[in-house]
Amino acid sequence: MNEAGNQLPQTQKDERLREISPLKKALIRPELGASAGTIVVFLFFLLVAGDSGMFAPEGVLNWGVVSAQFAIIAVGACLLMIAGEFDLSVGSMIGFSGIVIALVSVTWGYPVWFAILVAFVVAIGIGALNGYLVIKTGLPSFIVTLAFLYILRGLTIFVAISTTQQTIIGGVREAAQGDPIAALFGGKIFRGLFSWLADQGLIDKFVAGPKAGQPVIDGIPMIIVWALVLVVLGHILLTRTRFGNWIFAAGGDNVAASNSGVPVKRVKVLMFMLSAFCATVFATCQVIEFGSAAADRGLLKEFEAIISVVIGGALLTGGYGSVIGAALGALIFGVVQQGLFFAGVESSLFRVFLGVILLLAVILNTYIRRMITGER
Amino acid sequence: MTEPLLELIDIEKHFGHVIALAGVSFSIRPGECHCLLGDNGAGKSTFIKTMAGVHKPTAGKIRVCGKETNFQSPRDAMDAGIATVYQDLAMIPLMSITRNFWMGREPVRKFGPLRFLDFPKANAVTMEEMRKMGINLRAPDQAVGTLSGGERQTVAIARAVYFGARVLILDEPTSALGVRQTSNVLATIDKVRKQGVGVIFISHNVRHALAVGDRFTVLNRGKTLGTAVRGEISAEELQDMMAGGQELAELEGSLGGTV
Repeated sequence: MNEAGNQLPQTQKDERLREISPLKKALIRPELGASAGTIVVFLFFLLVAGDSGMFAPEGVLNWGVVSAQFAIIAVGACLLMIAGEFDLSVGSMIGFSGIVIALVSVTWGYPVWFAILVAFVVAIGIGALNGYLVIKTGLPSFIVTLAFLYILRGLTIFVAISTTQQTIIGGVREAAQGDPIAALFGGKIFRGLFSWLADQGLIDKFVAGPKAGQPVIDGIPMIIVWALVLVVLGHILLTRTRFGNWIFAAGGDNVAASNSGVPVKRVKVLMFMLSAFCATVFATCQVIEFGSAAADRGLLKEFEAIISVVIGGALLTGGYGSVIGAALGALIFGVVQQGLFFAGVESSLFRVFLGVILLLAVILNTYIRRMITGER
Repeated sequence: MTEPLLELIDIEKHFGHVIALAGVSFSIRPGECHCLLGDNGAGKSTFIKTMAGVHKPTAGKIRVCGKETNFQSPRDAMDAGIATVYQDLAMIPLMSITRNFWMGREPVRKFGPLRFLDFPKANAVTMEEMRKMGINLRAPDQAVGTLSGGERQTVAIARAVYFGARVLILDEPTSALGVRQTSNVLATIDKVRKQGVGVIFISHNVRHALAVGDRFTVLNRGKTLGTAVRGEISAEELQDMMAGGQELAELEGSLGGTV
């Protein structure tokens, strides 16, 4: 019935598609930069500090724990950044949650599991408040969470001093003895395996001191388990579920997403809550391990989390990134920080290195973004 | 003649003391392409937003398949099978075609108590729907940002049709496109129409409208200047109606009749 329509050029297979070279296609994967960076960093330290004990079991455990700490907060920061928002209150939240645990358990005498529960509920509540304020006011999350960086830090110090006259509350280890929930954050797993390995002569035992006869590492700290679990769950959530698609959509273009029926506000508030959850996992592991809480814990952690995420290939503008990449970013971060120590390098140079790697990562990410969207 | 899918009768819309629409009537039947033409400020956007449920008309009636209806929200209009593809397309360049295609309506597969995205299905449907529109995707996981403007427009149209659009409102789909891209989009409109979908094609380009349109309605200063059927009207006449006659006649003289 319509000749004009039939006269239109018939679409053909290839000419409407631009070819992309395989190299560019590989570069477009967000984890690529971080994977390459991880390999470079490991090769570097194998050469520079290979004989320093950095790659002996104790050394691996050392940077493993540090990397795990970064990874835990990086997972929250990563999913939040992909959803298009920042949380600068992570560091203050770590100090705050720690003091809440110590205060409720040691000072007020409640069981540690209850104190941990209270800390999670309060922290996630504050995360929800962060998100609610960002959604309601339409202000950049940068500003809202910057306010909470100061509010929470100030409150933490105030509460600690006004209840105990000091900023460090000790005695958590004693209170946590035999507490099943505390063991989830501060214990170690595979103890039997490691003492068996030591008996087989596969790992060293202490030869002197009070621990003589025990293996030098007696298990995998729970903080590493938490990091692995959070990374795996975060990765599955982001790439394999409907909610993950909503996270990408909310950060990619919130107007387009809500026009397509994505509950953008709910997604963002939930990601703020996840960020607070991750900060509290970090705080709980630290408090149980150290046996104390201090009001100044977690300083600058928000930036370390964001740096890990950016090294991992996420875009600061949202809508693009990977949890695996963020975990690799955290690994690079941890290995370099501890590796420079093993290599005997002046530790202040670590920050120089960090600044440089951050800059390189952002430049690479910007290039990748242009390549994907075809902007100039 | 078949019953109209959507009918708007004497629609008026006032914003405060501004009269954006002063009695516009319009209808769309299954399988036809009805072009809504008008210059900037003629009221096209207000009118399509009324059809899409964004604006509530100040006066006038809306009928869906002959039944009088009041859209309370865009969701109501969507549920009635009226899909709008706006100029921004609701596409996210950094996300893959599949992820964009299914955004907000992702298919899931149960795995015990957990539900995961059903990528095999999502990818297969996306490829198939795009193939129906005449685009063979290299890979459904390529980012939408790598597609051309016309291809993106086609993804948006294919998505609307797949999710049950019976009336498809296209807001100036060709305005930002080059010649080839435009003909691709016009070909897509033709394919959609042949599936029995009513297409409302908004444009201010008479040639694009004449290429696919079955009926033409011109809006000028919030009023319709009548609806013409294909073959009864020439490009010049349409152009004249859009511009309101006289001024363009003078302009055309000075431009040598090329507008």
